[in-house]
Amino acid sequence: MTSNIKFQDTDRITRSDLEAIADMIPQKAKILDLGCGPGRLLKALKTLKQAKVMGVELDQDMIIECVQRGVPVVQANLNEELCEFPDNSYDYVILSRTLQEVKHPDLLLTEMLRIGKHGIVSFMNFGQLEARLQILFGRMPVTKSLPKKWYETSNIHPATLADFRNLCKDRGIRILKEIPISQKGDLLKFLTPLCPNLFASNCIFVISK
Amino acid sequence: MATEKKTPPPSAVGIVQSQDFHFGDSPEDVLQLDCGRTLRSVTIRYETYGKLNAEKTNAILVEHALTGDAHLAGYHTENDRKPGWWDAVVGPGRPFDTDKYFIICSNILGGCSGSTGPSSIDPDTGEPYRMNFPVITIADMVRAQKRLIDHLGIKKLMAVVGGSMGGMLANQWPILYPETVGSVISIATAIQITAQSIAFNWVGREAIMADPGWKNGNYTEQPQKGLAIARMLAHITYLSDESMSNKFGRALQSSTDYSFNFNSDFRVESYLNYQGNSFVERFDANSYLYITRAIDYFDVSLDHDGDYKKAFQHVKCPYLIVSFSSDWLFPEYHSRGLAKMLVENGNDVTFCNIQSGYGHDAFLLEYETLGKLMTGFLSNISQEVIG
Repeated sequence: MTSNIKFQDTDRITRSDLEAIADMIPQKAKILDLGCGPGRLLKALKTLKQAKVMGVELDQDMIIECVQRGVPVVQANLNEELCEFPDNSYDYVILSRTLQEVKHPDLLLTEMLRIGKHGIVSFMNFGQLEARLQILFGRMPVTKSLPKKWYETSNIHPATLADFRNLCKDRGIRILKEIPISQKGDLLKFLTPLCPNLFASNCIFVISK
Repeated sequence: MATEKKTPPPSAVGIVQSQDFHFGDSPEDVLQLDCGRTLRSVTIRYETYGKLNAEKTNAILVEHALTGDAHLAGYHTENDRKPGWWDAVVGPGRPFDTDKYFIICSNILGGCSGSTGPSSIDPDTGEPYRMNFPVITIADMVRAQKRLIDHLGIKKLMAVVGGSMGGMLANQWPILYPETVGSVISIATAIQITAQSIAFNWVGREAIMADPGWKNGNYTEQPQKGLAIARMLAHITYLSDESMSNKFGRALQSSTDYSFNFNSDFRVESYLNYQGNSFVERFDANSYLYITRAIDYFDVSLDHDGDYKKAFQHVKCPYLIVSFSSDWLFPEYHSRGLAKMLVENGNDVTFCNIQSGYGHDAFLLEYETLGKLMTGFLSNISQEVIG
């Protein structure tokens, strides 16, 4: 049936981390996207990978956009338990650029790995050189990937890649893959592979229990 | 929260006509009911909008609520004061797009707006059934509708849609006929009625049956007071504290001061009186008893030993589930519970709890947000089934 669905231009994935995430999803996988926004990633996975997709989103207008795209979505708050979803019911549970906004990032990671075999987490790196320099000079960072000022941002739990690795170690979460991403305009981005925590603007982690 | 008065768009379907479908005249064709009895010579009144395509794949069945009828949209005559009960969402470019879909709405079995109910003539006696009408269930209503759908030659409905009691029918449909339902839109409803609703229904029926004019159901004129009280009570459950405060506050109806007697001083009292009295003109007291009883008994797991997993095991179609934040008659948790069950069952599910101050009535008033969700959902379903 999916072959009938037209892949529209507005559904294109524009964010580099979403593209990288889409690339690593195998055909026909079962995918849950937490904080799926307007459902672009899930629409792409449904169309290109014949994935069985489901989104979780809080915002009513975003849910309407998902429905218009034909992406099923359940309204829920990521600060609460996701009891709608049974244990081990998805191949991949995705959390893209949302971890730093939730009240309990550690509990959400545990919840992701209860629901899915794998978790895919992407977030902005607060340990990037540019951010570090700004903090060195006594200011909270405002960079390309962290464009909002401290009083405007919804990021309540900013973390560096090293912080995330430590959390996973503490909670017995395995990091299967780490894909640092640098974007246009990043300072010394060619050095990213050498020291991602210093040079990547964001990073994707694939995790499991 | 937005509770400002919403003005619906003008009617878009013009003059429409009701039709009657009749079945159950032969012993093999009678309707088997959950209570063990049968009904023969059954009439189902219905209206349709738009055109059924050649493959008969574009049909949407819309279910009305407790006191609704088959008149979904448009006008019966040019002199009608009001259009059908969900007029705002029917017409070209609207969620129930009459350029694309064939929309069916039928009066439920047990009703009093054209379909067979307690006020219909019992073919065995030549007299109205009254209280001899069998106690029916929501599933019985669906079985009667299935006959209509078969009669129209439709093998699979693209969608079954309903709010409140209509949502109960919409949810019952795929449980009874999983192969016939392409998708479900379930609005402000539940798959099992809880004590609070049963309690309100009980008090409503007690009010009717306590009215001396009810005469054990053998009235020639409606038991006016009892039926009006039942309606007033129910009407309160359709509103919210917020919507009542916004609509009436403590405003007085006509005088500038309290009357210091027990006539209606407050605007909310006059409003309820008006609602009660106008209801008596269009509804039948015995129908009210039978339909509310059917609601009490409603539980989709009934034929599956109370096991919801079993009830839904053959149901594979996509669902759009909507609740409203201020609805205290069918609160969000009912709809969320249904969504959870369907997620576990592997269905494609969308669930949205729309922010609204209108209470249960929101399902008829929030046609913009609800409309966008329904439009998006139906157009994706239709792309899959029609192309």
